[in-house]
Amino acid sequence: MAARASAATILAATEEPEGIDLFLPAGYDLLWSAVVLVIIAVAFYRYVLPPMNKVLDERAAQIEGGIKKAEEAQAQADKALEEQERLLVEARTEAAQVREEARAEGSAIIKDLKAKANEEAARITETAHRQIEAERQAAAVSLRSEVGALATDLASKIVGESLEDSARQSRVVDRFLDELEASEGAAASNGAVPAGSSKEA
Amino acid sequence: MNACRAYDHLGVLLSTLATSMILAAAEGHEDAGGFHTPSLSDFFPSAIAFGDTIFQIDRIWIIRVVATIVLLTVFIVAARRAKVVPGRFQAAVEYLLDFVRVQIVEEIMGKERAKRYVPMLTTIFFTILAFNLTGVIPGLNLAATSRIGVPLLLALWVFVTYWYAGIQKHGLGGYLKANLFPPGVPWPIYFILTPIELLQILVIRPGSLMVRLVANMVAGHIMLVLCFAATQFFLIDSAGTGLMAFGALTLPAGIFVTLFEVLVGFLQAYIFALLAAVYINMSLEEEH
Repeated sequence: MAARASAATILAATEEPEGIDLFLPAGYDLLWSAVVLVIIAVAFYRYVLPPMNKVLDERAAQIEGGIKKAEEAQAQADKALEEQERLLVEARTEAAQVREEARAEGSAIIKDLKAKANEEAARITETAHRQIEAERQAAAVSLRSEVGALATDLASKIVGESLEDSARQSRVVDRFLDELEASEGAAASNGAVPAGSSKEA
Repeated sequence: MNACRAYDHLGVLLSTLATSMILAAAEGHEDAGGFHTPSLSDFFPSAIAFGDTIFQIDRIWIIRVVATIVLLTVFIVAARRAKVVPGRFQAAVEYLLDFVRVQIVEEIMGKERAKRYVPMLTTIFFTILAFNLTGVIPGLNLAATSRIGVPLLLALWVFVTYWYAGIQKHGLGGYLKANLFPPGVPWPIYFILTPIELLQILVIRPGSLMVRLVANMVAGHIMLVLCFAATQFFLIDSAGTGLMAFGALTLPAGIFVTLFEVLVGFLQAYIFALLAAVYINMSLEEEH
């Protein structure tokens, strides 16, 4: 191309910078570049990166703290659950134990009361027996005297003779009584005997 | 402007895309008229103030200042408002910061070693990113890293850092021995290997960082200008002629290159920071 050859001659004539000039620094270029770079570097080192890093660290710390807190809460919850279960088991055991004890105590009380009642019943029965015996004896004694008087009275009326003589009277009564007692065995089979015998007397 | 000359332009355009950008830029510059050809003088704009002194202020200075202000505003506002529970804006900024920290520094160095170098590499990454992206921002239209100053100083920073890290860890002798006389090599090989390794740690590593960045940005700018200048020429200057049809090619190409430059901007920032991390990490490695 013709343009290329002519370009070379024109390039030599004008003040056109050559390719190499691109890589040869001028003083003013270096000066201002240095000024600009120092400003940027100072700004980044002092005003940009430290606050950003602080924020990043804070964030990391918060995230870590959050995770830790959650873990702690989880552990606490686990512990609480375990404690609760333990308490529940304890309470159940205790309840069972109390029930068992109550049952044992109940049966002991019942046994005790039963024994006491039996004893009481026996005592009452015996007392009654004794009382009956005493009453029977008293009745026999009073009967003996009353029946004696009555019989004498009756006999005197029947016989019409005075039995004032005490020896005779006593003899008659005793005899009567002996007869009466002797006839008692027969009286069990025949109720009419005493009346008959008294009539005989 | 006749059709023949237009054809000549197209030839330049195609050969440019196919071969060297810089050469093409120089070639195209002779053409006057409606076709603004990209040239190296784009990277050396005339002074606005303090011309020819060390304090010279020009277009790239303005671009750098604007990029710096935007970059620092975004990050300082994000840092000031940083909360434990982030909003969208903070989440986006945090995503970018995390990208550098995790994907670049920790990936290369491991978590423990990374801590010390994260601020430096973060600064480098975002400086380069912001300065690269000015290349596709309307009104700025020139990457602030396309002139050697910034890449050179950044490369120098990396250079000093990896030398310092190596010497601090192994001592000067230990560092040089580990790098210049790698074990497990038969001794005659050292005659070739040692000078190469020395060149590596002295020149090639920082030089490649610097040149790769500048060359990418320069090439990107030239491609962009080429596409848009051609579009301007075909669609506006050649309005009504059959050449307008070429505009249908150059305009989408310009849009594509713009998007491509965004990608390259990210990529170069990533590569620079990544290689810086690799170089520093190599200095810190145990004997290998």
